[in-house]
Amino acid sequence: MDSVWEYRNLLLSGTAVTVQLALASLTLSVILGLIGASAKLAVNPISRRIAGIYTTLVRGVPDLVLMMLLFYGGQQVVNDLGAATGWWDYVEINQFIAGVWSIGFVFGAYMTETFRGAILAIPRGQIEAGISCGMTPLLIFRRITWPQMVRHALPSFTNNWLVLIKATALVSVIGLHDLVWNASTAGRSVREPFSFMFAVLIIYLILTAFSDVGLRWLDRRYNVGVDRA
Amino acid sequence: MAMAAQERTFFEYLVYISENHSPLDFMLVADHIDKFFFGALLTLEITILSLFIGGVMAVPLAIARAYRTPWFNGPIWGFTYFFRGTPLLVQTYLVYYGLAQFDFVRESFLWGPILSSAWWCALITFSLNTAGYTTEFLRGAIENTPKGEIEAAQACGMSQARMMWRIVLPSAFRRALPAYSNEVIFMLHSSVVLSTITLQDILGVGRWLNGRYYLAYEGFVTAMVFYMVLVFFISTGFRLWEKRWLGHLRPRDTAGA
Repeated sequence: MDSVWEYRNLLLSGTAVTVQLALASLTLSVILGLIGASAKLAVNPISRRIAGIYTTLVRGVPDLVLMMLLFYGGQQVVNDLGAATGWWDYVEINQFIAGVWSIGFVFGAYMTETFRGAILAIPRGQIEAGISCGMTPLLIFRRITWPQMVRHALPSFTNNWLVLIKATALVSVIGLHDLVWNASTAGRSVREPFSFMFAVLIIYLILTAFSDVGLRWLDRRYNVGVDRA
Repeated sequence: MAMAAQERTFFEYLVYISENHSPLDFMLVADHIDKFFFGALLTLEITILSLFIGGVMAVPLAIARAYRTPWFNGPIWGFTYFFRGTPLLVQTYLVYYGLAQFDFVRESFLWGPILSSAWWCALITFSLNTAGYTTEFLRGAIENTPKGEIEAAQACGMSQARMMWRIVLPSAFRRALPAYSNEVIFMLHSSVVLSTITLQDILGVGRWLNGRYYLAYEGFVTAMVFYMVLVFFISTGFRLWEKRWLGHLRPRDTAGA
């Protein structure tokens, strides 16, 4: 266990990469989730269809497969497209970008379902009341839909986030120098793989415990006006 | 070139199209499709075995958790918290690469047949992992047993064990079924970890194909299709199963009667 302490800086910098990756993917997934939810709730059948295909596709394919497809295949597609159209020169998709896009894409589908359910839980009459007061759609979203949507979405959002943090470990397989990659490299070189992997597990437990505290605070904040038994 | 084109058989023509004009070299994939089927067998083998072992473990653990059995409740909670709070990839690395660190493990009789084999390490880790998840949602299902059902069982004079076997578990399994179908698909998705510890599962074959022919996406796209088909079959199966097991909860068609 001494060697783990010796390599603490390597583990910490890996943790920083993992956290950055998780937060960037979360941001992307929330954006995709909001777009997906509004597409699923839209009147337009085509947008509903596309959002339906998106969520079905993601449910069918493991995230590591998408990640590898994007990392190894996406590079070629993007550059072939650039060469054919002449719009851009050589583009490099590094491991971090491939990780953010694939994890964001996968969890965007889960967020779509989360937000869709949350928006549907808001009584229709409140939106109508907003319209009859002369609110613009943007104001209705900000004052009526958003605060309640967040409250309804939080439990499922929390769940998605906890799964997302764990999914970031897979990016080490395509070679991003994240926590898992750094730890397994260090573990191999000092011949103590167990100690290092165990340290990684503990760090992941700490990360999830921290986010649990933060999300519980959010939950309390958005449930201020609600009586709980 | 034009002369050669006329002499080609249809098969050679397909190969030509596939290699030169199609974005995916589908004939190359078709040549190696048997490998993908063997990969699918390995994926299914590990997924099904670990779901079975994990499921068998989860039932007593969930009962102990639901009834807050002293001595057991705390450790079981620790077990599920650990396995649900950490990535399966790292758990698998810990067992497969990590255990070799200890001399007593390498000298034990288990080392040769089991702990040095990727297949067994994966099976052990996956089983424990799915046992952790299954325990927790099964516990929730047991705790949500309607009070009336238990009172009815007690009124009939059932013993604790018989009540558990005849009333509580069957009704809890029904309520847990939707969550369990998610767990099965989740386990199938997680089984891609197999390809990171040298095993040739579906993704492993895809990676092998890409590496061997220096391709960018053929192997991954084929793997993707295989996974989608498997998920399709699993979710259709569960839908039928739910129809049968949860049939009494469906709205009844009164108009036809």
